[in-house]
Amino acid sequence: MTFLPKPKLHHPELPTNAIGLTRRDYEGAISTLCAGCGHDSISAAIIRACFELALPPHRIAKLSGIGCSSKTPTYFLGQAHGFNSVHGRMPSVLTGANLANRDLIYLGVSGDGDSASIGLGQFAHALRRGVNMVYVVENNGVYGLTKGQFSATSDRGSKSKKGAVNADTAIDLAGLALELGASFVARSFSGDREQLVSLLKAALLHPGAAIIDCISPCVAFNNHAGSTKSYDYVRHHNEAVNRIEIITGREPIAVDYAPGTTVAVTQHDGTVLRLRKLAADYDIEDRAAAIGFLEGRRREGEIATGLLYVDPDAQDLHAHLGTIETPLNALDETALCPGADALAAINAALR
Amino acid sequence: MDATDIADPDYFHKVVDCQYACPAHTPVPEYIRLIAAGRHADAYLVNWHSNVLPGILGRTCDRPCEPACRRGRVEEAPVAICRLKRVAADYKGDITARLPAAPERGNGKRVAFVGAGPASLAAARDLALGGYDCTIFEADTRAGGMIRTQIPRFRLPETVIDEEVGYILDLGITLRAGARIDSLRALLAEPFDAIFVGCGAPRGRDLDIPGRAEAAANIHIGIDWLSSVSFGHVERIGRRVVVLGGGNTAMDCCRSARRLGGEDVRVVVRSGYAEMKASPWEKEDALREDIPILNFMVPIEFTHESGRLTGVLFEKVEARHDAEGRRELVPTGEPPVHIPCDDVLVAVGQENAFPWIERDIGLAFDRRGMPVVDPLTLQSTHPRVFFGGDAAFGPKNIIWAVAHGHEAAVSIDRVCRGLDPRERPAPHVSLASQKMGIHEWSYDNAVSTDQRFAVPHRAKPEALADIRAEVELGYDDRLAFAEAQRCLNCDVQTVFSARLCIECDACVDICPMDCITFAADGPEAELRARLNAPALNPDQAIYVASGLKTGRIMAKDEDVCLHCGLCAERCPTGAWDMQRFLLTTAQVEHACRSLSPA
Repeated sequence: MTFLPKPKLHHPELPTNAIGLTRRDYEGAISTLCAGCGHDSISAAIIRACFELALPPHRIAKLSGIGCSSKTPTYFLGQAHGFNSVHGRMPSVLTGANLANRDLIYLGVSGDGDSASIGLGQFAHALRRGVNMVYVVENNGVYGLTKGQFSATSDRGSKSKKGAVNADTAIDLAGLALELGASFVARSFSGDREQLVSLLKAALLHPGAAIIDCISPCVAFNNHAGSTKSYDYVRHHNEAVNRIEIITGREPIAVDYAPGTTVAVTQHDGTVLRLRKLAADYDIEDRAAAIGFLEGRRREGEIATGLLYVDPDAQDLHAHLGTIETPLNALDETALCPGADALAAINAALR
Repeated sequence: MDATDIADPDYFHKVVDCQYACPAHTPVPEYIRLIAAGRHADAYLVNWHSNVLPGILGRTCDRPCEPACRRGRVEEAPVAICRLKRVAADYKGDITARLPAAPERGNGKRVAFVGAGPASLAAARDLALGGYDCTIFEADTRAGGMIRTQIPRFRLPETVIDEEVGYILDLGITLRAGARIDSLRALLAEPFDAIFVGCGAPRGRDLDIPGRAEAAANIHIGIDWLSSVSFGHVERIGRRVVVLGGGNTAMDCCRSARRLGGEDVRVVVRSGYAEMKASPWEKEDALREDIPILNFMVPIEFTHESGRLTGVLFEKVEARHDAEGRRELVPTGEPPVHIPCDDVLVAVGQENAFPWIERDIGLAFDRRGMPVVDPLTLQSTHPRVFFGGDAAFGPKNIIWAVAHGHEAAVSIDRVCRGLDPRERPAPHVSLASQKMGIHEWSYDNAVSTDQRFAVPHRAKPEALADIRAEVELGYDDRLAFAEAQRCLNCDVQTVFSARLCIECDACVDICPMDCITFAADGPEAELRARLNAPALNPDQAIYVASGLKTGRIMAKDEDVCLHCGLCAERCPTGAWDMQRFLLTTAQVEHACRSLSPA
């Protein structure tokens, strides 16, 4: 937590992106989270990802629920639309907003309490419906705002700061998302900036429901020996399956890897995700294998990170429902209220 | 690359760009903070300890600190360090009781000083405080040297000179005014243990072109003319004046001429405007007083009629670069330009002159007629004779003279105590945490975004009417505070302990200037290129720390760090700390030790 606002002065050579903005233009208010919070690292990664993709901040909607994680949208993208909703209800609000205006980029920010406890049902249905969004879970395995009780993602056997041992099974949000039919499933770590930024960029470009379960150490209540979500533990048990480069057509392919070590995934909107494979025989388009792989790594006590699964032919909620391309706020009154005759015609068709 | 050794005082000293650039190494941020706190007397004493003549330098210094100021790399203009120094002098009140006194019992050693200019005054102050019996010989009737004779009163009031020269002479120093030294041999024969030569570069260069002798009555050598003006021997000049030369003396000449009846005063310079030797602010002050500066014109003849000067003839030149990239001035072939005038002031440079030093007394001179002087010790080839100021290495400026004075005093002290003067005493250094609480520092870490404040000037008609009316009025309280707040506190250092770091990246994210990177180690050139913000200024160090758990290194580019302390506020483990680095150069022992502020 810092009382001083970040000085407006910036590096004289600060680069600008394709739309003429600097990275600083993607920042928000100064964070009031604890110093060293993993969530602040995720905010910084979101800022960098949006800057690098040259997304216009005012075309982004950031939505959140309640908790430390859900405070963070204030701390990035100060020029974006924001909605700080009810505890665990971000997915519903996001779904509604998306239905009303499909032209915005939707960024849902939630935590393990907000998504895995009070909002688990909401979490499930938003993914199941394939809402086109990036759903970031800032997962620290602890209720930080209420001083460090175990959350639903705390691993069985992990220790609280006071020494209590968790007896409950953890919910694996990435595994759950695979079950639920999310078309982009990734896991990352707030302490691995390069991986997180590239996953965020890939997720932002994914035309479907994308979720990133991001382990984010709580420095105040869950960064001690015995915790399985501390900086040290995650660094020691992090097993990345791949590294991503995103090719949007603008940039040339910079790095050449040995044949067989990379794989390109072309999504139906033309974006290409180029993956450098770290686990040799891992197929990211195979959902069943991904579920098995997660289970296997968990049994070994490892944390699998990277892009775990992507469906290149993902379709979103609008495609399922056959909604109109135009956002509702761009339709005139006659289109939105076609009148009693139109209603009568619909009713007749249903008789 | 190698991890940075922050125990080496030079490392953090270099981060304090202003102090490092100051020849006398004045702890600039330290006194600027004191000014902001309204502690003007304390600020003055910090200056007095380091640069001896704060009120004088606060008006006349060449300010090597300002081009070095980090603020100038972060935004447009550096902090007005020089004029803040003046603020300390203007508002200090009576500090005489706080000045140190010379020891009651001297050490019995006697030192003679030739010339009472800034170099001698600085050396004499240090030695007098160290218990030496000091005697200054000065050809003029009053002490001060070029400070008194060459700097016009509208830039430096006489009261300021009297006050600050007085503080030094009051330490029991004997001034032999009006006593010109004609023979070093004779002086060496007197019972002095050491002799310090601080006689300046007293000879103004002349311009030997046709008409010089015929029109001599209206052609004046700049520094001699300034001196005559200073002592009241000259009170008028012709209506039309041409000043030849592009240095600070030329600027003083033209502005003085404007005040003594010169209505049409022009400065004519061989080189281009940007290449002129005068400080930018002095050129601006001249322009502000309606004095045109004409460039790329070389004087070729003084025109005259029946023994009276009528003007100067100039050849027009342009700058060209030869095959080796050297700039040379080549005639353009245009017809010569005649500028009619009543008087000419020649300010085309100064030379050293040592006709009073015999060449057979064991004191070697080089081919250019300059004494052979060790730049470290200021000792000549005669072990008892030391040089400083313009007399040592040719014309420089006051602050260099003061720095020479300090170093020569240390050398004289060591020689008198039978020690090797080439072994220099180490500086006094302290490094102390400024942490007061979670978000509380004992310095004001908020970064001001104000642009540099201009110093108020006296209205032009009033200023031009009286050569003794000081043009700059100095900052008032409010402006001084606001300008002081622009200082980035570069002496409050970012100190990193890898042992405590958990590599959470909080500091990386909060740093407004993208100074901090955690990355794999590599050779310096390669590392500089791949930092979060590439470190392209090779003059500024990279602070590297190893010993992190992941095996990476922390690399901080010092170049544009605001010293705002946000990295330390954001750090959950205290791996970053803000620590005040205070370095004071060693002076003659027992000299003003008690002057360091709390």
